[in-house]
Amino acid sequence: MIWKEVDIVSWMDKTNEKIQANKSELTILDRNIGDGDHGINMSRGFQKIVDQLQETNYSSVSAVLKDVAMLMIRHIGGASGPLYGTAFLRLSLATENIQTIDTTTLAKGFHAATAGIKQRGKAKSGEKTLIDVWSPVTKYMNDTEEINPTKLVQVAELAMENTEDMLAKKGRAAYLKERSIGHIDPGAMSSYLLFQSLAEVLEGGSTT
Amino acid sequence: MTYVGIVLVSHSEKVTDGLKEIIREVIEDVPVESAGGMEDGLIGTSVDKITTAIRQADQGRGVLIFYDLGSAKMNTDLAIELADLQEEVELVEAPLIEGAYVGAVEASIGRDMTEILASIHASFPKIEIG
Repeated sequence: MIWKEVDIVSWMDKTNEKIQANKSELTILDRNIGDGDHGINMSRGFQKIVDQLQETNYSSVSAVLKDVAMLMIRHIGGASGPLYGTAFLRLSLATENIQTIDTTTLAKGFHAATAGIKQRGKAKSGEKTLIDVWSPVTKYMNDTEEINPTKLVQVAELAMENTEDMLAKKGRAAYLKERSIGHIDPGAMSSYLLFQSLAEVLEGGSTT
Repeated sequence: MTYVGIVLVSHSEKVTDGLKEIIREVIEDVPVESAGGMEDGLIGTSVDKITTAIRQADQGRGVLIFYDLGSAKMNTDLAIELADLQEEVELVEAPLIEGAYVGAVEASIGRDMTEILASIHASFPKIEIG
């Protein structure tokens, strides 16, 4: 598939629908091991994103991604704002000045995005963060010949579920030590919703 | 005379405003910018506020940034990246209040970035801020 501006907008629309539908689930997960604001923050941030995207005409995929990044940085807040924002800044950079953005270009962009999250959060895999979803999904995207949307969702879902048994090493959840085990990481869940939506756009194919 | 600038970042605007007041009791000339809280005064940190503060504190000799907790550091890193500044900007690993105070005193006697950082690091052993 060749990615156009509208596909990114559609990706964000679908993500927003899922974030709003799972707002209380995200809040409950974050109340278990964090400060309980992940649902509210993501819901507020993504609403701003879709509102802004609807009002603006973009001339490139990179420009849409850059705007999404800045809106995340400004409106999500907490630690998720700078982390998601950094990921989308890297995605924007990876697609800059590229005429035809195919799924391979996007996969490389996700690789840079995951590296960006690790750098910004000074975190690595296995620490019960959103990286535990971004990292395996990115690996799948870059290792496979052709990305299969169903498989992509499976990889993301399994990765999210795997955070349940992990011991948190970063953020507020790290203070809970062993008590952080037994709960899915809220950032892993919001990342799963993001990739589930990406798979739906892939499934639908090019809109133009 | 120009000085190394100081930027204060905290989740609370009251904390950085108060800290600036403490510093201003003794140091008048060094640029000190308060960049605590979000735009609407809520608890949190704002990349835009931090970026503006860095620009305002910059007199061409560099800027030192002091912060309180985890996500303040992430937003400050982002602000530095997005601002694409010519001058040197350093995020200082030291206690916010004491570190910024020492930094401002050192800056007021005309010291440069390297000298100030050395002095702060000598005053405060490296600590991990959650």
